[in-house]
Amino acid sequence: MSHEHVSNTKRIWLVFGILSVITTFEVAMGIIKPDVFHMHNFLSMNLLNWMFIILTLVKAYYIIWAFMHMEGEKASLRWTVVAPVIFLVLYLLFILLVEADYIFEVFKDATIKWNF
Amino acid sequence: MGATVTTADSQQKTWGGGNEPLGANYGKLMMWFFIVSDALTFSGFLAAYGFSRFKFIETWPLPDEVFTHFPFMHGVSAPMYYVALMTFILIFSSVTMVLAVDAGHHMNKMKVAFYMLLTIVGGMIFVGSQAWEWKNFIHGEYGAIETKGGSLLQFVDNTGKRVKLEDFAATLPEEREQLKKSNGRWFMSESALPTYSVAEVQAGFKSHPDLLVRTEIIFKGDAASLKDPKVNQKLSHHKHKTVLTRAESEVMLANASLVVEGANLTRNEYGSKLFADFFFFITGFHGFHVFSGVIINIIIFFNVLLGTYEKRRSYEMVEKVGLYWHFVDLVWVFVFTFFYLV
Repeated sequence: MSHEHVSNTKRIWLVFGILSVITTFEVAMGIIKPDVFHMHNFLSMNLLNWMFIILTLVKAYYIIWAFMHMEGEKASLRWTVVAPVIFLVLYLLFILLVEADYIFEVFKDATIKWNF
Repeated sequence: MGATVTTADSQQKTWGGGNEPLGANYGKLMMWFFIVSDALTFSGFLAAYGFSRFKFIETWPLPDEVFTHFPFMHGVSAPMYYVALMTFILIFSSVTMVLAVDAGHHMNKMKVAFYMLLTIVGGMIFVGSQAWEWKNFIHGEYGAIETKGGSLLQFVDNTGKRVKLEDFAATLPEEREQLKKSNGRWFMSESALPTYSVAEVQAGFKSHPDLLVRTEIIFKGDAASLKDPKVNQKLSHHKHKTVLTRAESEVMLANASLVVEGANLTRNEYGSKLFADFFFFITGFHGFHVFSGVIINIIIFFNVLLGTYEKRRSYEMVEKVGLYWHFVDLVWVFVFTFFYLV
């Protein structure tokens, strides 16, 4: 075997702890929905949703880096896998969400209210 | 053996194969590339969900009003707790999977088998939980009315609490038979009839003067909506669904065309028709991934027990399956956020 394998048990449980704490926090926030976050917007999305999305990305980072052991792979493999996904997802979201918002405006301001 | 575990020998034969420029062998690399393509597939689904949600941003159902069930707690509104539990089950089965991989690095056969077994059990519990969630979603709780224009009306009492159809619908002496294929003239049939007819709901609404109609529209709380005479200002709150005044409720209910109970692919009692479609499709597709992951884990589990990887002197196959299993967990993290939290 080319890699040197030391036992990662301690780190695994640490990452599990981090993921659990984040999830518990998210659920608590989702139930309480504090007005401080829920009613204030940043870039036309409320702070609560920003928080959820950022925490989700943090969780994704830990799952990929620690559990899927991406941190032990070569940089070339890391970029090969991560870069296309990030680029294409951002592109897809940009196109679809902007278009959806445009369609929303059209339906809102036009005479057609509901056609499909 | 050579096909499953390749070893780098880059000095000797540059063009003879066996090179590992990315530091991972063929099987592992292909698993990563499969994961990339599958990640893009799921991103497409979730982006499509976002598209529909942004398109119907003013009327989309609020998830914490839809998923409120918890086992053995009937009639208690417990938003999010159940999905949180499911998330923990899946994260924990991810932990046992990575512990199995770790034990494989130490060539500890029994430990690998034990952790694989825990992972399989965790996966099965998750799929079972999802089935229960689907059951509640399909069965529904309150029931609703669809108007001729295609929008959805739900019912609340004068404190804003949701009211079930069965709690107020009148019983009228009318009979309607379900159209079956055997009675139809040309392969015509209809799905099961709802418990109450539109007339029964309308009559029941008339005889309960404290009932009000709640629309799909999310109350904006701006100057125009605060002065709207059709809106019950006391019960409508910012970022919650709009409740109408009694007079306006009666006007809206006169337009009723269908009784909607529970959810199917055509319509659902929660709101936007697309909501149920996306719910079934995205959680279903994810559940299918969990299911196939469990099957693959079972195969690998038996291979471990039979000593296949002991003979190979490498537990890398457990690692590859582990990659897939963690990916399934990863997808759930995003589904959880975009379906239940945001």
